[in-house]
Amino acid sequence: MTNGFQKSVSGDEFSGKGNDGSSCVHGRIQFCALQTLAKRRIVAVKRGLCTLVGFGVLMVTSSTLGQSPDAAALQSLKQELETLRQRTAELERKLEELSAASTSAPPASVAVPAAPEKPAPSEALAAAWTPTQPISIARSGQDYLNLSFKMLSTAGWSTSTDDPPELELGHHDPQGRGFTIQSAELALDGAVDPYFRGFGNINLSLDPDGETHVGLGEVYLLTTALPGNLQVKGGQFLAEFGRQNTQHAYQWDFVDQPIVLNRLLGPHSLRNPGARLSWLVPTPFFTELMLGVFNGQGNSAFSYRASSLNATHGRTSLDRGLRDPGDLLYVPRLCSSFDLTENQTLVVGTSAALGPNNSGEDARSQVYGFDLFWKWKPSTAEHGFPFVSWQTEALFRRYEAGADSDRGLPTETLRDWGFYSQVLWGFKRRWVAGLRGEWADGNTGAYDSDDRFRGERLRIAPNLTFYPTGFSKVRLQYNYDDGERFDIEHSVWLQFEFLLGTHGAHKF
Amino acid sequence: MTAKNKHVRRCWLLCAWVVGACILASSSAAAKLKVVTTTADFAAIAREIGGDRIDVTSLAKPTEDSHFVDAKPSLILKLNRADVLIEGGAELEIGWLPPLMDAARNSKILRGAPGNVMASEGIEMLDVPAVLDRSMGGVHAVGNPHFMTDPVNARILAERLARSFGELDSKSSDYYQANLRQFSSRLAEKLTEWQKRLTPYKGSRIVAYHDSWPYFARRFGLRIDLFLEPKPGIPPTPPHLAHIIKTMQEEKLKLIFVEPYLNWRTAETVARQTGAKAMLVTQFPGGVKSTEGGYVALIDYLVESVAKGLEGT
Repeated sequence: MTNGFQKSVSGDEFSGKGNDGSSCVHGRIQFCALQTLAKRRIVAVKRGLCTLVGFGVLMVTSSTLGQSPDAAALQSLKQELETLRQRTAELERKLEELSAASTSAPPASVAVPAAPEKPAPSEALAAAWTPTQPISIARSGQDYLNLSFKMLSTAGWSTSTDDPPELELGHHDPQGRGFTIQSAELALDGAVDPYFRGFGNINLSLDPDGETHVGLGEVYLLTTALPGNLQVKGGQFLAEFGRQNTQHAYQWDFVDQPIVLNRLLGPHSLRNPGARLSWLVPTPFFTELMLGVFNGQGNSAFSYRASSLNATHGRTSLDRGLRDPGDLLYVPRLCSSFDLTENQTLVVGTSAALGPNNSGEDARSQVYGFDLFWKWKPSTAEHGFPFVSWQTEALFRRYEAGADSDRGLPTETLRDWGFYSQVLWGFKRRWVAGLRGEWADGNTGAYDSDDRFRGERLRIAPNLTFYPTGFSKVRLQYNYDDGERFDIEHSVWLQFEFLLGTHGAHKF
Repeated sequence: MTAKNKHVRRCWLLCAWVVGACILASSSAAAKLKVVTTTADFAAIAREIGGDRIDVTSLAKPTEDSHFVDAKPSLILKLNRADVLIEGGAELEIGWLPPLMDAARNSKILRGAPGNVMASEGIEMLDVPAVLDRSMGGVHAVGNPHFMTDPVNARILAERLARSFGELDSKSSDYYQANLRQFSSRLAEKLTEWQKRLTPYKGSRIVAYHDSWPYFARRFGLRIDLFLEPKPGIPPTPPHLAHIIKTMQEEKLKLIFVEPYLNWRTAETVARQTGAKAMLVTQFPGGVKSTEGGYVALIDYLVESVAKGLEGT
């Protein structure tokens, strides 16, 4: 049962009737004696509360008069106020507990009638805590950080054994026939202080031999108070190239990552230690200009200074260091958005990623991308449904491959391109049907016969996703694969996701 | 004059024009307080207090479910240019506001800044769960966030806004206070009227699609504790609806509250089978026809519809 002491006080101010009088008038005389007793105690606590608040107000006003209102003073005042506020809240809570314990009468007010009996769930909600109940450590708004744990897994079968992977190249894609734990991730975020927000996620992955690997996914801070509409992100993070590269596997609309992203940005997505400066351009519509600078090293910088044979297209990796600032990886992006109508939004962007690669002393790579996202959702949508969205990304890469005489590979320029286009239709609350078509190809290279990351490929994938709540999903997907390096292959995947803890908000 | 000189002069002119335009834009911006609210109910209260001295924009449309707003980039722009943000807190906007705030880079409206008003502050929250357990459905850790349906809470917010606006725009402080006095006394007057109108129906039980009416129910002495959703946020299931229909028939319940963004057809079906009436209700001024006038118009509509719906019971 809810107890509305504070509420009844404010209610009385409206109705202009006394607290005591009203409860007796309503035929609860038998409670009056009991209540008076309780009220005496309440009044005592209330008096203490008033003194506290008065003291706080006095302190605030005196310090405001005495000091120039510079930022530091303001800040400390705010903190003081916050502490006071918390203490007041605590006292209020105690007051409520006290009054709840000492009287079984409903809130005493004309405006507030006896709260009716509630059905089972609500009753459980309002019930007092008992020692047998679990203690929650994370409660929204009461901790310094948001904490969540997500798990994504698939079960499926394919006409291809996909070993070594030909169809599914991505690190978080289903690893062939049977069961795959695609991702298990612990995510943390929160406000560091008034100037920064911090994010971090730790990935656990299970390889086909059953070994668990722990990886640092993203860890970065974001400024919140830079002037001039500027913002800096620093740490290790997914580069802002196109739309899907910044998404984690559980945010994907399909079971697997598009072919062209796996090929050009890499199986681990483009993710590296670095920094990014962003400027919100003062145009009438949303425009953001970004420049990311990264080390560009390691297998999560696939087209750049990565060391695997897949990345260097057969060349022995040179492990070039950073000789000058030009050897860093630069990722500029320009993105704009328009509300076409009240219910339709369009986002268009263009990105590039420019840096050296490990296949030759002076070899460099350039990846360019264009992306588009359109969404329709009526203004009376039920839990976000129905909706229709369309997302497309097209990428092109120029890869200067160095010579490797030991392996008989010449100096050559590899050109790769491809696109994917997907339509999602949230046709009914909790249900989304999707269709993705994609195609990738490139010029001929010397290593092509052994290269799983090149050659023409076409894939069509319809899927159907059911979201029981925002914290879980079940997805069924069929893949039709047609590639230069294999026959036509069919795969079916059933995916399951769950989330514990704080629900991360949805980006657009 | 050489061609080069002409070019240079043109460049200077262009620069001067841009700078001038910027100054003009910023000076006109300083004239009015730019207030952004997450939902239309907060916007309506802000308008009562700020009058013509503020510009008010609501991020969510009045017909929209305030839990499921798309974090569109155009909203980032609105937040970026705001002097004041009024948010509900209490997990109301948890699904869409955080990424917008991260992208908006406006320190004036961050939590704890003078330009940030958390409407749930100072409100006594109902339905605060003792245990957090999502098997109970979409419950909110800090209580039911739909507190604005109680006019007393509207007045608490109005007081807070008059104070905040006055701090940020001290020249108009008296104006805001005067508006607050006017709004408060009008609200007090109306509250008596609303309560009088609903007195005959005290204790009446009303069915709602979703549990978003505990504050309204408590203020006006109604029982709104039977829901078409088996658990908050879980869509109605046939066995649960059968149970609801049986209860409704037994107790001869007459009204089902449905918000514009919920499934009207389900509510209609239940209404048809029980002889009850599905009633389109909203918590946001403008969410339903004839509530566009503001907060008082909204409660007028709700009270009047409930009174008419319960007539003869």
